[in-house]
Amino acid sequence: MLESSKESLKLEAMKRVVGLIAKGKNASELFPAVVKNVANKNLELKKLVYVYLVRYAEEQQDLALLSISTFQRALKDPNQLIRASALRVLSSIRVPIIVPIMMLAIKEAASDLSPYVRKTAAHAIQKLYSLDADQKDHLIEVIEKLLKDKSTLVAGSVVMAFEEVCPDRIDLIHRNYRKLCNLLMDVEEWGQVVIISMLTRYARTQFISPWKEDGVFENSEKAFYESDEEKRKSAEETKPYAMDPDHRLLLRSTKPLLQSRNTAVVMSVAQLYWHLAPKHEVNIITKSLVRLLRSHREVQYIVLQNIATMSIQRKGMFEPFMKSFYVRSTDATHIKTLKLEILTNLANEANISTVLREFQTYVKSQDKAFAAATIQAIGRCATNISEITDTCLNGLVLLLSNRDETVVAESVVVIRKLLQTQPSEHSDIIKHMAKLFDNITVPMARASILWLIGEYCEHVPKIAPDVLRKMAKTFHNEEDIVKLQTVSLAAKLYLTNSKQTKLLTQYILNLGKYDQNYDIRDRTRFIRQLIVPSERGGALSKYARRILLAPKPAPVLQSAFKDRDRFQLGTLSHTLNSKATGYLELSDWPPMAPDQSVRNVEVAEAMKEWSPAVGKAKSSKSDDKFYSDSGEEEDEQAADSGSDEEGGSEGSTRTPVSLSSEAESENSETSEDSSQSEKSSDSGTGVKKTTTQKNKKLQQAKKPRKVRYTQSQALTISKLVSVCDRVCVCVCQQLSSPVFVPVHTYELLHRMTGKGLAAQYHFSRQPCIYDDRMISVQLTFSNNGDHTLENIHISEKTSAGQNIHCFSPIECLEPEKSVTVSMGVDFNDSTQAASFQLCTKAEGFNVSIQPAVGELLLPVTMSEQDFSKEQGKLQGMNESSATIAMTPESITSQPLHRKVVNMANVGVVPSGQNNVHRFAAKLVSSGALVLVCVVQKDSGAQLTVNTEKTIIGSMLLRELQTVLSQGS
Amino acid sequence: MIHSLFLVNATGDIFLEKHWKSAVSRSVCDYFFEAQERATEPENVPPVIPTPHHYLISVFRHRIFFVAVIQSEVPPLFVIEFLHRVVDTFQDYFGVCTEAAIKDNVVVVYELLEEMLDNGFPLATESNILKELIKPPTILRTVVNTITGSTNVGEQLPTGQLSVVPWRRTGVKYTNNEAYFDVVEEIDAIIDKSGSTVTAEIQGVIDACVKLTGMPDLTLSFMNPRLLDDVSFHPCVRFKRWEAERILSFIPPDGNFRLLSYHVSSQNLVAIPVYVKHNITFREGSSQGRFDLTLGPKQTMGKVVESVLVSSRLPRVVLNANLSPSQGTYTFDPVTKLLTWDVGKINPQKLPSLKGSMSLQAGASKPDENPTINIQFKIPQMAVSGLKVNRLDMYGEKYKPFKGIKYMTMAGKFQVRT
Repeated sequence: MLESSKESLKLEAMKRVVGLIAKGKNASELFPAVVKNVANKNLELKKLVYVYLVRYAEEQQDLALLSISTFQRALKDPNQLIRASALRVLSSIRVPIIVPIMMLAIKEAASDLSPYVRKTAAHAIQKLYSLDADQKDHLIEVIEKLLKDKSTLVAGSVVMAFEEVCPDRIDLIHRNYRKLCNLLMDVEEWGQVVIISMLTRYARTQFISPWKEDGVFENSEKAFYESDEEKRKSAEETKPYAMDPDHRLLLRSTKPLLQSRNTAVVMSVAQLYWHLAPKHEVNIITKSLVRLLRSHREVQYIVLQNIATMSIQRKGMFEPFMKSFYVRSTDATHIKTLKLEILTNLANEANISTVLREFQTYVKSQDKAFAAATIQAIGRCATNISEITDTCLNGLVLLLSNRDETVVAESVVVIRKLLQTQPSEHSDIIKHMAKLFDNITVPMARASILWLIGEYCEHVPKIAPDVLRKMAKTFHNEEDIVKLQTVSLAAKLYLTNSKQTKLLTQYILNLGKYDQNYDIRDRTRFIRQLIVPSERGGALSKYARRILLAPKPAPVLQSAFKDRDRFQLGTLSHTLNSKATGYLELSDWPPMAPDQSVRNVEVAEAMKEWSPAVGKAKSSKSDDKFYSDSGEEEDEQAADSGSDEEGGSEGSTRTPVSLSSEAESENSETSEDSSQSEKSSDSGTGVKKTTTQKNKKLQQAKKPRKVRYTQSQALTISKLVSVCDRVCVCVCQQLSSPVFVPVHTYELLHRMTGKGLAAQYHFSRQPCIYDDRMISVQLTFSNNGDHTLENIHISEKTSAGQNIHCFSPIECLEPEKSVTVSMGVDFNDSTQAASFQLCTKAEGFNVSIQPAVGELLLPVTMSEQDFSKEQGKLQGMNESSATIAMTPESITSQPLHRKVVNMANVGVVPSGQNNVHRFAAKLVSSGALVLVCVVQKDSGAQLTVNTEKTIIGSMLLRELQTVLSQGS
Repeated sequence: MIHSLFLVNATGDIFLEKHWKSAVSRSVCDYFFEAQERATEPENVPPVIPTPHHYLISVFRHRIFFVAVIQSEVPPLFVIEFLHRVVDTFQDYFGVCTEAAIKDNVVVVYELLEEMLDNGFPLATESNILKELIKPPTILRTVVNTITGSTNVGEQLPTGQLSVVPWRRTGVKYTNNEAYFDVVEEIDAIIDKSGSTVTAEIQGVIDACVKLTGMPDLTLSFMNPRLLDDVSFHPCVRFKRWEAERILSFIPPDGNFRLLSYHVSSQNLVAIPVYVKHNITFREGSSQGRFDLTLGPKQTMGKVVESVLVSSRLPRVVLNANLSPSQGTYTFDPVTKLLTWDVGKINPQKLPSLKGSMSLQAGASKPDENPTINIQFKIPQMAVSGLKVNRLDMYGEKYKPFKGIKYMTMAGKFQVRT
């Protein structure tokens, strides 16, 4: 159906494919059929194809490349929605090869007139960054530019990109800080969340703490916030704290957002106030947070967690709203527990009676896990508030007669903890528990009782041995934890009351010795050594009493949320209480306020900076920086025309797929392309009109590749695959810019034969902008005569089989002046001269360009492994080699490199060995690889050239031989 | 941000998946299923589950779990809020948000999700904008589309997306211009055994249905704005104006939206409009329990209490209930032990009651706690807090709109402990 000519059928088919994807079925085998529809006019079909592409492009990278031309075209569409969606898909297909294309597209979109497209560009930044982190520096430039954007639509997305790519580059924020604060109200809600959390981190590094001044909460804060602050405080107390106006601005501009309907926004403002506001201002967030509790279950869960953390530090904040945390029987268990936590935190002397009454209801709850949690909460209240400890204990003892096992068990454990604080007065409770011992089956509770009896056996001297006797009977049926406690109890009793328990203890130790659990065996052995005096007179047994019956410190019952405040509130890490990936620490306040003038923005400057024309110029400048190669520094050819250089550097980033395309088709398309690009720049907007000639060249240079893809779409699948195979091969052979460009010029026309007109040519070693198979040749005309020459052009191309792209005619050339033009010649990988007729208005001269074999190449970068792999493929007939004697001065590698790259346009392959030099290039026209390898020996060198084109190979070998054998 | 989304139905099958970055294997949901198994009720599944490489944040609505896969730090509320917004959008588009509805409209769902998130970051969540991008499916449109070959997908970027009022589309036209506002208040309360109020709060919302031509600018003022203690607004409301004058001034979105939600300050005593007399007893040793419940109106300012529904989860030992209602119908589900009694209107002259006996599991001991009773009711034409809208004015357009205001009081989480 996808192949059908009817659009409705295609759409129907595509809908089914999307249905398959939605169900998680693998629909990847349909890829070729789907990709064909990417250029379809029907928008819905197109969108579905996009959905498909984004899903499967990663798995089918080669085929996905076929669709890219469509997106590139769509990037120029006058409809901003189409531009944006093209960028979205282009950046979403995650194919590493297209990174440069994405980079260009992002840069262009970042200066698009439509804020919607700019927003998409901001999203694309993150995608590109996750695909290729090496692009970071360039992406930061784009981010910097987008941060200046005044549109509220863009702000959120670009800050998101900032957080993802370069959260540490706080310097980028300075100048935009005030703008962001002022815009915040109008940014869409999701953006608000991101911006607020970024500004929280920013403010923590840029402003000094507002907390030192207020004495009210000082006590609680001191312990927690760095002791070194106290030292500083004495110095600072002299001068009153004045809040930075920017700090105030942030607080003021976020405050209204507490009224947002979006819970995430409210939460992020709340955490901002919590982390940044002076203590007396934090209270305004309370109401809003309590309001959020009315929301969905999941929202409640997160908000309650954050309130729990806050309520530990600041009871006062939530106390008036205590009733909002009362538990309802319909709440989910985790919400109940959190509410309980908060109620416990909020409990104080004044309200404890109300809280306890609530707790009493909860204990009776049908949800037994919750009832158990309540008992723990009661225990915590009891330790925190000493007045009610007795009441709580009595209440808990009553619970011991509860029918539910978990409730009883929990009570026992909590009672044990409480008793540890004041054991002497409660021997009756211990007795009561000992009585209950037979009925309790939960191991933890049994173990607790045993421990209690052992610990306080002096208080219950009659009961303790009896309990031990019972335990000895049932020892083998107990859980491990109970067994361990039994052993301990036995040991303790042996020490205090050995008369009654000696035999019992020995019996239990014997049982323990043969237990299945090694922990118990270990413990038994240890106890035996400790308490039973052996013949070796255990040195330790003297201390046994002190070891076993040492007074133990009472356990501290504290909240599980005690240490959660190390995480920023409202974050995932806070919820999980562990550091999530990508969590950014909130820094402490700086001791001294950093310079605040960095945030000053001069209005005029800001305006100027914003105007699109300047932005454009800036981006193209950065283009230059990006593409320039170190090799170009050696380029002494100052006379190079600008366009040429640009074309060359563009070519260097290009994927080499287009090299295999037909020359004719591209030639024919070039004209169309330029008209197309003109059209788009007209129909577009002001920005595009300002695009310089240079940019148009860029587009032209890009175009041939696009055209190819559309053609390929018509090919059959098998052909596609083969094309893509080639793509893959070519990937490892990225074209590079020339290592060295010789200054040597050749004479084309002598001034005597040319009647005053002299012409010289020179190989610029740049990829030709007209056609990938051509070699660019620079012609320099100079008028040595005494009258003006007019209309210099090429007329007849005499030689056959060679394509020549002529330079545009030179209208006139004044005497004593010279002009440089460039032309492209396709030599078809032969050293046959290209002959043509050079005409002025008056006469014509037959001239010919003789290419050196070294100029028929384009340098290629590849790794050493790739080199040897490729070399392995080009053995036998394709290999030609020679030995040469070398002059001593050419032994060091630099001159040898120099000579080779001077003679031939090859790229240097990094080599692991000092005496082996490898060079790689490919033939301009056919794309065949040429590999040169020079192995230096004592006084000579072994030279090897591998290439498919044996004639070129032998010629190159001969020339290299001559060059290398000469002295430098 | 949000990496992938899985929709899981009540039986634990993934019936839809969507990835915004590279695909995450659905086996990641195994951690979720594990948690789901551990939790007895679907409501008890923790919303945030950490797994070795991802974090799962889930939302449970309409008996469907929406499980989002997160890879790095993100405010959890951000994800939760977004997921709820997704559910709201589905509901808006398909009327209901059920598994069947989603499966039927899987293409629209996919288009929506694609529009709502880009690279895991929300792109367009405003329903007005989405509806312009992707037209909601209706039978009429499907027919038209098949005949004319036009599509459901908007060709132009919605105007709202770029304007200063992103929530409103331009070029709205109606023949009848109407603006309706519903003031709905909910009472949340916990009543204890003896009938005294443990806690009671009033939460209110103003829902609007505005169908006005052009770009109207509305102002709404209250008689007693001081009642509103804590408010949250739709983004369209001008906050400054509210701060200064306590007047709601806004350019409304087109169609239905929630203008305002508010909280009435807890200092004010809340008038509880119904009371419950109950007598539920279980005797030790016998296999019978008594159940006796009577409802009555209280402080309703002469208004009728309508659509009353009483529900209660009885203790596990109750095998069956044999009750007789004086009005309405009751059901008892012996598996979930849920007793529901659809009362209807409360007639002050003849109070509704539900009496009878419960049969208990033989030999089981009596439950420690009596069940809590949840009550739902509606009282039309009354706002329990006493909030009154003063006037509604329209500027910016010439025609005269039809205006309407409706008040209503409902029970929110209204529980009676027995």
